[in-house]
Order: sequence, then structure tokens, then C-alpha cells
Amino acid sequence: MAESGLTAATAASTAGMIASGEVSAAEVLDAWIKRSAGDDLNAYLWRASAEQAAEGVAASGDGPLAGVPVAVKDIFCTAGVPTTAASRILDGYIPPYDAAAVRRVAAAGMPMLGKTNMDEFAMGSSNENSAYGPVLNPWDRSRVPGGSSGGSAAAVAGGLAPWALGTDTGGSIRQPAALCGIVGLKPTYGSISRYGMIAFASSLDQCGPITRDVTDAALMLGVLEGRDELDSTSVGIKGGVSSPSAEDLSGLVFGVPSALMGEGVEPGVRSVFEATLEKISSLGGRIEEIDLPHAGHGISAYYVLAPAEASTNLSRYDGVRYGNRVPGSDLIDMYEQTRSAGFGPEVKRRILLGTYALSSGYYDAYYGRAQRVRTMIVRDFDAAFSGVDFVITPTSPSVAFGLGEKTEDPWTMYLNDLFTVPMSLAGIPAISIPAGLAAPAGGGPDLPVGFQIAAPAFQEQKLLEAAFALESAIAFDGSAGRAAG
Amino acid sequence: MSGTEGSDGARAEAAGDGYEAVIGLEIHVQLSTETKMFCGCRLSFGDEPNVHTCPICLGHPGVLPVPNRKAIEYGLQIAAALDCEVAPRSIFHRKNYFYPDNPKAYQISQFDIPLASNGRLNEVRIHRAHLEEDAAKMIHVGTSGRIQGSDASLVDFNRAGTPLVEIVTEPDLRSGAQVREWGQLLRATVKQLGVSDVNMEEGSLRCDANVSIRPVGSSELGTKTEMKNMNSFRYLERGVEAEIERQKQLLASGGRVVQETLHFDPSSGELHSLRSKEESHDYRYLPEPDLVPLAPTAEMLAAATASLPELPAARAARYRDDLGVSDGSAQLLSFETEWADFFEGVLAHDEGLEPRVAANWVTGEFAAELRKQGDQGLSDTKVTPDSLGSLVEMVSSGRISHASGKSVLESMVADGADPRRVVEEQGLEQISDSGELEKIVEAAIEGNPEPAEQVRSGNEKAIGALVGAVMKETRGRADGGEVNRLLRKHLGL
Repeated sequence: MAESGLTAATAASTAGMIASGEVSAAEVLDAWIKRSAGDDLNAYLWRASAEQAAEGVAASGDGPLAGVPVAVKDIFCTAGVPTTAASRILDGYIPPYDAAAVRRVAAAGMPMLGKTNMDEFAMGSSNENSAYGPVLNPWDRSRVPGGSSGGSAAAVAGGLAPWALGTDTGGSIRQPAALCGIVGLKPTYGSISRYGMIAFASSLDQCGPITRDVTDAALMLGVLEGRDELDSTSVGIKGGVSSPSAEDLSGLVFGVPSALMGEGVEPGVRSVFEATLEKISSLGGRIEEIDLPHAGHGISAYYVLAPAEASTNLSRYDGVRYGNRVPGSDLIDMYEQTRSAGFGPEVKRRILLGTYALSSGYYDAYYGRAQRVRTMIVRDFDAAFSGVDFVITPTSPSVAFGLGEKTEDPWTMYLNDLFTVPMSLAGIPAISIPAGLAAPAGGGPDLPVGFQIAAPAFQEQKLLEAAFALESAIAFDGSAGRAAG
Repeated sequence: MSGTEGSDGARAEAAGDGYEAVIGLEIHVQLSTETKMFCGCRLSFGDEPNVHTCPICLGHPGVLPVPNRKAIEYGLQIAAALDCEVAPRSIFHRKNYFYPDNPKAYQISQFDIPLASNGRLNEVRIHRAHLEEDAAKMIHVGTSGRIQGSDASLVDFNRAGTPLVEIVTEPDLRSGAQVREWGQLLRATVKQLGVSDVNMEEGSLRCDANVSIRPVGSSELGTKTEMKNMNSFRYLERGVEAEIERQKQLLASGGRVVQETLHFDPSSGELHSLRSKEESHDYRYLPEPDLVPLAPTAEMLAAATASLPELPAARAARYRDDLGVSDGSAQLLSFETEWADFFEGVLAHDEGLEPRVAANWVTGEFAAELRKQGDQGLSDTKVTPDSLGSLVEMVSSGRISHASGKSVLESMVADGADPRRVVEEQGLEQISDSGELEKIVEAAIEGNPEPAEQVRSGNEKAIGALVGAVMKETRGRADGGEVNRLLRKHLGL
């Protein structure tokens, strides 16, 4: 399907067209409703009708972004609209309230196009863990879009939405953005309210934008960030966020944790990464080797901490008050039947892992030790940022892999998060921008490669400026993904 | 108003078989805040089920807890009243267990770093006091009354998320009576703070007791059993005594105490095992990632201390030591704030009143008359502290006799009558002219020659009939001592 004028535009330019009167919000919505109706990537779990999408935003409508539609990951509660987190256990669940992030975009006048597919409860790196089927990568439908925000990333990359909300716990915004050739920003933990975002691992979960470019990411972050009384851990971003405009990187130092990038990084990914380093230099930035001595243990710590928190967060799905209930002979049997039928295998695996890690007698050996590793990783970054402005890595060790390729081996799947998990553990902001195309290790057509930039906590503005300058120099063309969609 | 009975010493002595009981209490206090611990739902008791709920207290997906500032302030007041150290940063944990009354399948509670610790209330040390949220209320339909075997189980989430302070004592109590007395002191203390309704029947104060016994002189602790949630301290006292006795008999017959949870049935006096501790849950405590540490500011701590009223223990000591009120009355008054306030109102009537006498009137005759006339409470009665003060003053000054005082009190309690008017209307003022009284005494001796003769011949008891005759003639307006003196004088004794 060819790109029509309206759906070819970024969110920022769409907003500009509406503001100048070039097009009406209704025309924009109509174009996107039609476009998203052609979803053949299984990116959406629920799509709004034109009436539903227009509802509720008509009144709130003359902000700078009013009328620009948005797709919302199905992990956000939406009043009156089914919300499942891609799990059978929430089949038919209709929340009585809106998530804080959903309220924010609605208040900005953005119609919701639909709810996007994801890995069940955000647990996964390929979107193959959805109870409602995998999402396809618009660049190559035999490949995964990454996860867990795979539906949001595929929708934006495939031209089915101008932008989308995602969530990132260990890489769930950045990795699918990388594999789909778009921009994904995980803000500092605490910058956006988590209220209404179905919890996976509460101390790591963070909402963020999935967009076509860095400017859109900044705009969306500006809408989302802020202290929320309903989230005790939210603080917002001091000074807010404005549109980035930097043209070069002079005076900025970029740290490369080379030791972290040992084997396991695909040659194609490595060469795009190295080419990007040269672009940084040509923009006046300086590259320095840094050491994050404990970052290599990030995955191990993460796969104790996140399942531990998940095991308690997911206990509420017990069949008593909402969602699916499978009757049983007594209370315990009802719990077992309901949870056995409701959760998919990866979710069960993590609940078991987490339950084990928290059991009495094992707490110190697992959860306690993982917490200590997390603290060391935080210190590693503190030390690194005393000498550099940013830490940079490839976002993912590989380009998009084939559907089913890694499902048999959880550990290989988990290694996808090697470069994204340390930032999550440290709570710091990180962005993935498309840096080029590369051939997959096993051969095949070229696919997008993501480049990750991380900054100290709450330095989103500085991060966005650098990403913006670099994005201009890279001049990535994502239209092939959208054309395929 | 409850009475005191048997001292601890006496009971421990009575046990007298080489063992002593070691008892610690866990008390849950529901705070009387406007709203719940982690959401904005109203607190209520007795409303329609499930009307005070929201996505947060129902544990919907995606919700987050926000701590109730008032509950924290109340917690700090309790900590101050119990002379506790407040943790600079206390931590909320998740206590995980599956049950329908627990909507998130974890209770947010404090675990390794509680709000307050190392306190004391009179003779009992406070181990800790921490904040947490209450569970929902379950009703099991059917004959069993428990979830097993019930036809259906209903859950009322109105109570879910009610703020609680759990107070844990050190095992410093030694008898059922001491448990009751100290429990009443704690309840009065918390009530005085105004932070809870402390109504045991409604469950706003719930008390569990951990009971063990050990040979006198031993410092080791025996295996304990836990007695759950009695709805009065009187029942708890009986339950604890029954359990101490059971454990003694068990050990005496060569058995051993098994750690278990017990229920005491006050109607049968029997103890039933609820569940064995061996199958107790692994709660998989986890620091609550949705909440930041609770770090009270210096201002909050100062405000909590400054807000403390005179607490019952201090009030009892003041009544006893400064006012000379008897120990029993001092406790009875100060453990129930409204009685203490009433008593002080009585004293305020006239500074010449003897506090000991006024206290005896309040806790004795007045309390008894309230009970007699339809079991009234202080909130029901029309008697004001000032009017009772005026009655006590009339009796103390000898203007009316003690007997007349009691009959006036009866009218006061019945319809709120003004004691001075009753005395006037019924002519109850004592005959203060001893010449007039002397004539009546002489007439009584003349009119009752038989008892008069008996008294003269040595049967002093017979004087009662003569006193009665005088009292009848004077309609109780004569001072008993004076009548006695005059009778004896005229009978030549």
C-alpha cells in the first residue's frame, strides 16, 4: 500500500498541518482509521471505530498536538475499552478507569486508534508470547518485531499509527524500536506516572514513546512526563521537555563499554555501530572507552528481580474479582485452574522463578544478591558519567530474528536484552534510534539496526538533543517498512 | 464501666505449681481516618457491602497505592504515646498470600523496618508498632461458618484497605487478669488519642495473645500457642487462663505443647485448634516497589508529641498520687476517658469537694444507678457533672444524709432532676437542731419499750429497731451517727 500524504507525515508535521488549517483533525483521523484497519501485522488487539476514536477528545481539542492519533500498548488500562496485556487471564476485562498516560494523551486531544499487541504482561523480547498471536515485523514478515512493545513498534514502523505508547522494563521499548527501524525512548524511572500501567516489574517498568523520529519522541515525552499524585514514585522531569534542535555534538563525550560488546554481537550490527561512531566524531563528539564492570551481570540480576516482582504483581489474577475464572472443586482448585489456563508458558516460567527467588531461605541468595548487583551497576554508571556525557551501545545484539527462531531457548532470548537491561536497572534514560541497515547473520535482506544512547537520570533533554543531531546525520529512511505495512 | 477484680499476684500465686505463664500480645488497631490507607475510599462500619470501593482497594490491574498522610500521623501519635523510637526511614513490604479477602494477593505491611519500636506502656515493653492495611471481610453462607463446606462465600471490600496499626508487645505479661487490665489500659490510651474507635465487637481493635508457660525462674521461652481475635478483653482473659491451665496439664501429664492457633469459645469455655503453625504460609516478603520509604520529618514527629493529651496511665497516677483517689477508682475513671472527664466536671462544681469522696460517688453509687435504670451509659444520662457535684457537696457538708443522697440520685438519673430542688421539695434537709432530734429520740424510746428494754439489758443489736423508728419519723433526714449517739445517751449506755 502506497503512503498517502497524511499518513506519511510524522506526528509533529501532522500537528503542524492541523494547526495551519491545511487539513482538519477529522481528515487526519479518517486517514489513520482507514490505514490501521489494514493491519495485517497483528499489531492491534483492539481498534477504535471512527466514532470511538473521536469521542472524548473532541472537547479537549486545541492543544498543539490535538487531533494527532495515537496507538496505545494494551498494557495501559483504558476505561470502557478491553485491556488484556495480551493475556488470556484478562480476556474480557474492561477497566473502570484510564491509566495516567492515557489521560495525558487524551487531555492533549489525541484520539486513540487502538490497543496494540504485546508479549503477555510485557514478558518477552519477540512478541511471540502474546496469547493473541505474534506480531510480524513490517520489514520482513517472517521475522519478529521484538518485544515486548512489538505491536506498538510494528504499528509505527508499518505505518499503521503515527506514534504509540510503549512500556520498557528491560528493553521493551528500545529493542522493538531497533528491530523495526524507529525511535524508542525509555525515560528515567519516575519521570512518567505508572498509574494504570499493568505492572510487570514495578521497580523497572517505565512508560515511553515509540515514534518515527526524535522530535516526535520529545513531543510525546513532553505530554507524558510529570509528577502524578497517584504514583508515589513519580517525580516528573524538572524543566520539562522541549523540541530538540542541536546540529552537532561538539564538546560531548560518548562512552563505549567495549567489554560488554564481546561475542554475540552480529557482524552487521557491529559494523553499523562502528559507522555510527564515525558520524559522532564527524559531528564533533568524542568517543571514549569506558568500563561498566558489573553490567555483564545485568541480565542475571534482572532475571531474578523482574520475575520476583512479577510473581507478586501477577498474584492478583486469581479469578475472584474480574477476568477469567475457571471453576474448581474448592478455592485452591479454582485458583489453580484459573491461573493454569490463564497464563502462557513464559509468564508461568517467570512466576515460578520469582516465587522461588523470594521463598524463605532463598531470598538472600537470589533476590538479595541481585539487588546488590543492581546497586553495583548503578555505581558503575555513576562512575562512567563522571567522565562521559553518554553511554552508547548497539540497542540489540542482532537485527530482527525469525519467528520461532529463539522460542525454544529462553536464555538466548533473554540475551537480546544484554544492552538494554543495565540502563533499566540503573533507572536512567536511554533512547534507541535507527542507525542503518544490516544483513542478518544467517543471510537475507537488510534489516534495521538500532543505536542506543543513555544519559544520567533526568537528562532527557540533553539526550534528545544528541539523538536529534545524530539522527540528522544518519538520515535513516524508514519508508520501506511503512510501504510494506 | 468495668470493675476490677483479683490482683495478678493472687492469681499467679493460685497457680502455685512451679510454672509461670509468659504472654505477649499483638493488637490490631483500625485507625479512624476519613479514608483508607492507600486510596481515597471512605471508611465506614455497617454500610451496604461493597459501596466503599475503587479500582485501588479492589486490586485492579495497574493501580498503585498512595499512603494516607493522616494514617501516618495517627501512627506517629500512637508511637509517641507508647514511648517508641520512630524509624527515620521505615519500609513497606508486600506480604504475599492468596485468599479472597486479600484483593492484590499481598497485604502492604511493614516488615523489617517498622514505623516504631522499643516502647513501653506501664509494665509492658512494646516490641514494635507498624502500619498496614486491613483485609476485606468475608461471610461464609451455610452451616459450617467457614470457607470449607460453605454454600458460598461473600466478600465485602468496604473494609479492604482500612488503615491499621499493629502493636506487638514483648512477652511481659504473666496472667489472664494482667492481660485484661493492660489491654484495657492500651485501649484507653489509643482511645484517648482519638485515632481509633477501639471497639472490639466491631473489630476496630483486635487482640491476639501468644501464650506459653515455663518453670518459674527459667528465662527460656516455652512453645507458644496463639489465641486469635477475641471480641472482649474479658473473654481474652478467660481464654488465656484456660490455655495456661491446658498447657500446665499437658506438661504435667508428660505431653508437650504444639505450636498452633486456638480459638476460645466463651460460651462453652473450650479451646479449639484453628490451624497448625507448621502449615503456615511462606509470605515471600518483598520491599514494596510502589512506595518510597516513609521518612517522617522533624515537624511531623514534633507535632505527634505535641498533640498527646494526658494519657490514661498518667491520669490514673495523678488521681491516685495528687488527689488521693483510691487505686481502683483511679483506674476505673482514667481508663475510660468520658468517665474521667465527668469526674473532673464533678470536682469543678466546688473546689472544697474531697476528690476521693467524689470519685467514690461517680464510680460507685452513680455508676450503679445508671446500670440499674436501664443500663444507661454516660452518653445517655441527663445527669450533668455539675448536678452530681452539687449532690456530693450536699452529702459531704452534712446538709442531707447519705441515704437521702442516694434517693435524690435515683430521681436525678430517672429524669435529670436538679438535686437542690428535690431536697427542697421533699424536705430532705437533715435535722440540724439536736434539741428537735432529741425529742424524737425520746418519743421513739417511749413508743418502743420492748427493744429499749432489750438494749438496756445488753442486747445492743436491738438498737437497730430504735434507729429505724427515728429514721421513719424524720423521713431519713437525721444523721445516723447523731441518732445513734442520742439513743445511747438516753438509754444510759
